[in-house]
Amino acid sequence: MFAVLILHLVVGVGIMLSGDRLGRRAFLVAAVAPAAALVWALARSGGVLDGRPVDESVVWIDGLDLSLDLRFDALALVMLLLVSGIGLLVCVYSVAYFAHIEPGQARLAGLITLFAGAMLGVVLTDHLLALFVAWELTSITSYLLIGNADRNPRARAAALQAIFITGSGGLALLLGLIILGQSADTYRISEMLESPPSGGAVGAAVVCVLVGAFTKSAQAPFSSWLPAAMVAPTPVSTYLHSATMVKAGVYLVARMSPILASTGHWRALVLIVGSATMIIGGLRALRQHDLKLLLAYGTVSQLGFMMLLFGTGEYKIAQAGVVLLLAHGAFKATLFMLVGIVDHQAGTRDVRRLGGFGPGWAPVKAMALIGAASMAGIPPLLGFISKEKALDTYLEHGGFTGGAAVLVVIVLGSMLTFAYSARYVLGLLGHLAEDAEDAEDAEAPASRTAPPPPLLFYGPAAVLTVVTIATGLAPVLVDDLVGAATIAIDPVASPSTVKLWSGFNTAFSLSLLVIGAGLALTWFRDAVERGQAAAHSRLARLPSGDDGFVAVLRSIEATANRTTAFVQSGSLPAYLLVILSTVAIVPLVPMVGELDALPDWVEDPIQVPLVAIIVGAALGAALVERRIAAVVMLSAVGFAMAGLYEVRGAPDLALTQFAIETLGTVLFVLVLRFLPARFVDLAPAIVRPVRLVVSFLVAAAVFVYALVASAARSDVAAPSISGEMIARSKPDGDGNNVVNVILVDFRGFDTMGEITVLVVAAVGAVSLARVGRRRRGGHEVVT
Amino acid sequence: MSRLPILDVAVRILYPAILVLSLYFLFAGHNQPGGGFVGGLAAGAGISLRYVQGGVRAVRDSFRVRPSTILGGGLTIALTTVIVPLLTGNNALEHAKLEGDLPLLHHVKVTSALTFDIGVYFVVLGLVLMAFEAFGEDLDSELDEVEAPKQAASHGLEEYRIGRRPPGTSWGGRS
Repeated sequence: MFAVLILHLVVGVGIMLSGDRLGRRAFLVAAVAPAAALVWALARSGGVLDGRPVDESVVWIDGLDLSLDLRFDALALVMLLLVSGIGLLVCVYSVAYFAHIEPGQARLAGLITLFAGAMLGVVLTDHLLALFVAWELTSITSYLLIGNADRNPRARAAALQAIFITGSGGLALLLGLIILGQSADTYRISEMLESPPSGGAVGAAVVCVLVGAFTKSAQAPFSSWLPAAMVAPTPVSTYLHSATMVKAGVYLVARMSPILASTGHWRALVLIVGSATMIIGGLRALRQHDLKLLLAYGTVSQLGFMMLLFGTGEYKIAQAGVVLLLAHGAFKATLFMLVGIVDHQAGTRDVRRLGGFGPGWAPVKAMALIGAASMAGIPPLLGFISKEKALDTYLEHGGFTGGAAVLVVIVLGSMLTFAYSARYVLGLLGHLAEDAEDAEDAEAPASRTAPPPPLLFYGPAAVLTVVTIATGLAPVLVDDLVGAATIAIDPVASPSTVKLWSGFNTAFSLSLLVIGAGLALTWFRDAVERGQAAAHSRLARLPSGDDGFVAVLRSIEATANRTTAFVQSGSLPAYLLVILSTVAIVPLVPMVGELDALPDWVEDPIQVPLVAIIVGAALGAALVERRIAAVVMLSAVGFAMAGLYEVRGAPDLALTQFAIETLGTVLFVLVLRFLPARFVDLAPAIVRPVRLVVSFLVAAAVFVYALVASAARSDVAAPSISGEMIARSKPDGDGNNVVNVILVDFRGFDTMGEITVLVVAAVGAVSLARVGRRRRGGHEVVT
Repeated sequence: MSRLPILDVAVRILYPAILVLSLYFLFAGHNQPGGGFVGGLAAGAGISLRYVQGGVRAVRDSFRVRPSTILGGGLTIALTTVIVPLLTGNNALEHAKLEGDLPLLHHVKVTSALTFDIGVYFVVLGLVLMAFEAFGEDLDSELDEVEAPKQAASHGLEEYRIGRRPPGTSWGGRS
């Protein structure tokens, strides 16, 4: 299992590294990974369907008890069929879609493979933290895929919006998962099923996890990024933003529902948000003229539907969700691919400009009809079965609070689904163009002369269409899979069989109602459109999810601007004042309490002249007017300090101090050339006393610190650490100079960090100096 | 203004001596006062002599590689010393020991801590070189500028405001 994930990584990175050399063949290379995953999964599907999941564990960080616990059960198999099956088809489809490949587009193939690997990671892992890592990887690859056309500002904006929303949801998710893991005492989902987490914090964790799932699955009010993401090439939209990634949230809800459904506000949140999403998505889909946007809003609506099915915690309803997962994967990917074909061949996907197609387009038309029919829930297709099962199980098992209301929502949402499915078909076949403008318009629709797509282009969609029809006519094909997946979600489940015809019951009459109302919505579509437009002009005043996103971004920017303007005044003395007074005051307060006895004033007579030099030079440095004199005074302080070290028997320190002082003085003089020769004080009079106070504070703080720090060592009862280091220096570090052994061995990591800081400082200083010089050069031209 | 002969001669004698001293600090550091840091600083002091003698050009001529290469190379050497033990299954920075008898030097003992110290040496050396590269000038233009700072002194304002420099009174004051 791990090998499969690694294969995705290797293939993906390999394609990325190859750049544009492979051209569109990159997509064929990319197809290897999902194909291998499919073969691997099908070879093990027998045992998995019998309820024997494949477990695999790879130690990751032993010390932190982190391991990659992978678990391949039937629900994972369902998701894998979507991820790898549709992934394979999308790769083949892309070969035709990118017939005239542009530079930078071959990269998409690598990213798609990487994404497929990350998505498999999400569904195959049993460990919550590993799941989170894979989850975030899907967000990142999605960001890169949406923004691949990096010269297109719309693509960049959409990519940014997607990663902002899913990324902030991801943060909430991480918080929630950690709370869950800590309160359940395990991060493994399979173990959590047996011992659910308990405690007060779990209620908060539920909200966090749901926020993560809602952002990922584009639920209201976080759905704005999904339609925006449609700027990506159609294969990407097909794969990530309808078939797989957006289902990660649904998948997580499905996994966690049996554990958390009755905890806190889980069910209420899922049902309210899912209901709102299903209805809003349906209504907005009905208003779209762009076929791809229509499908995007349709996807939002369907994702809401899935939330309603998976989030209840009732395994019977979840079983309907599994069917919907399969059905949606099949029909939505088909419909997206067809839009891509239309867009590619006719140059537009706007229903107002599509005016029917010439000969050779029959397969596309037929597939559009079948796919949309499955989406609308017309028998005998898989979509019908899933909707029927959803209605049936909600009627029977929706006894919880709000269950009846949700049933109404599902029926209403399904009517809308029927209506926008019909709109899709009518639009694609060109009927809406004739509605919108006169048939004899001067601008004849380009679609009539569009060349029909080659077999390679519509083949993948045809495969999915066959799946839709076959599983619809013979649901026994997926019965085992659905049953086993339901048991994988909830081990106590006893799933019922999936049937096409389960008698003339209430669910069927509701289905008939849905179809009837949908037909009516389609027939009176002009009236519906006018009504929606009227409602929209009023609703437009309400803030939408998009507005919310923009408002959040603006406020972050405004706050950042204000903070920067306040904190970064640009005045060096002001910065120094703030830094020094903080350094002085904060440690001074606790340290004054520690100060008890003063040490001996003089230990060695030679210290007296040395200290006299230090004090005199320091005072001089503060008083002289010429900068160069101040620098000399400061180095006098440093050299006298080195003398003090030597007196105390620290030759190493003294040596270093001498060297630093020498070099420091030289460098000081170098920089001094750029400054005025004398100190000029332009600050207002009031600042002077403030500076004096801060200077004395710093002096006092250093004085107290030196006393307290040196006294702190003496009252340590345990043998001092220096003794141990001196003792171990020779045997462990092979050196007589304990200072050096400490630097390169005992505390080698510190030294490593310090020299890294040195490198950063050097690079920074040089680039700052270069900026200064460039500016100087600019002035030379001006003056 | 021409070069001072005394300075030239003094630097010619002192510069190699200081470099040798810095190498001594580096290699003796494990057992006697010294080490990579002090060694690097001592070498830096030697370089500052070259700068006094001949400006940035003299500094540049004393090393064939670019300062940034020395800096990065030093960091790489140190980092390698940290990582290599990890690859062989030891702890990071675990040091190995090598002993042997060499002609002329008699018994020699080297620990891999020395490579770490060499890295530190080069980082410090690179830092000093980069500082000269950044703030130093060529001797000739340096001498041209002797008068300049006085001009700038009348505009004390620039001390207090970064980036708001009236044209004509820029850093070096050249116009």
